[in-house]
Amino acid sequence: MSTTNNIAQARKLVEQLRIEAGIERIKVKTTVFCHVCVSKAAADLMSYCEQHARSDPLLVGVPTSENPFKDKKPCIIL
Amino acid sequence: MGEMEQLRKEADSLKDQITAARKAVQDSTLQEAAASITVVGRVQLKTRKTLRGHLAKIYAMHWSTDSKLCVSASQDGKLIVWDSITTNKVNAIPLKSSWVMTCAYAPSGNLVACGGLDNMCSIYNLKGKDGNVKVMRELAAHTGYLSCCRFLSDSEIITSSGDCTCVLWDIETGTQKTVFAGHQGDCMSLAVSPDFKFFISGACDFTAKLWDIREASCRQTFGGHESDINAIGFFPNGNAVITGSDDATCKLYDLRADQELITYQDSGIMCGVTSLAPSVSGRLLLAGYDDFNVNIWDALKAERVGVLAGHDNRVSCIGVSSDGMACCTGSWDSFLKIWN
Repeated sequence: MSTTNNIAQARKLVEQLRIEAGIERIKVKTTVFCHVCVSKAAADLMSYCEQHARSDPLLVGVPTSENPFKDKKPCIIL
Repeated sequence: MGEMEQLRKEADSLKDQITAARKAVQDSTLQEAAASITVVGRVQLKTRKTLRGHLAKIYAMHWSTDSKLCVSASQDGKLIVWDSITTNKVNAIPLKSSWVMTCAYAPSGNLVACGGLDNMCSIYNLKGKDGNVKVMRELAAHTGYLSCCRFLSDSEIITSSGDCTCVLWDIETGTQKTVFAGHQGDCMSLAVSPDFKFFISGACDFTAKLWDIREASCRQTFGGHESDINAIGFFPNGNAVITGSDDATCKLYDLRADQELITYQDSGIMCGVTSLAPSVSGRLLLAGYDDFNVNIWDALKAERVGVLAGHDNRVSCIGVSSDGMACCTGSWDSFLKIWN
């Protein structure tokens, strides 16, 4: 009984590996990820970071006047 | 040759093929590519708000898409919706089961969800007619604890479970639309791609899997970690995945190159990663650890550029708001802190 389970599991694994190896051509309606070389993948990540750096408040900081989380206490003259 | 032997051989051959295909595109490394850029300067974030109110460990938090409200879940048996700017509690929702492990805010802002050792995902309607927050649906079918949940919309939610599966639910009917099986260990965390077409899951089998939501298939599996993956997230452009593990490291895997590009580790860090969130540009990676701290990493250079020290117990959850203006941390010390 356990042998049939093992075979079923093994078959499932092979099926999955075929998908990941790109052999099983499933009818894909969504974008297919094609292998891109590491240099291009890295360049794209770097480029995205660069393009969005200026609009990343945690990276570039937020002036107090634009920081919704900072209490803008007016000065009181005693 | 018996069928078992044949299958084993085929599996090994396919694994070799996958490894070979990955090697074939390894014309460089992220370290080499990023050699020309300088590490970001020291990042010093300050606690701007402390959200007090929970009476026990906080296990999860999630920002609303409006970058103002957020929801937190604590084992005091409450879900609290906070206005992070005023620190007011907008809703304090008592839970049937106090053993909550995850919570989520729907993109619309209308619903929140939570679940845990009750093996269920409970959906709450925040915008009910009479103003009371009630359970709208109880999604029950998992045979293990609910570790994470994320809404696709007001009508669909994805859950990950200790039963090693992830499930796509139809909230209206309360039924399972798709079961994503394949992990060989408890699924601990999930994240949905920016375009809502894919999701990634991290599990106790030390792997992360990329799933095509509509095709109901696992497209890619990423290994390399030496222990449970507790946290997972997408790099903001949707082309890379970041994982955090009990092996004290975080890793970045590129989906199109189908491999790990870099590991975030330091000999001084020996405790597990509990949670992670990238900043909106992706340049900073904020990761919560068992040692009560959050380390801020330069994601491209894999160097630590900051620390958020302020909690008196484990940081269990972290999130960066959609507009990137603030980071929220939740801890076993029962407090949430807003930093920027």
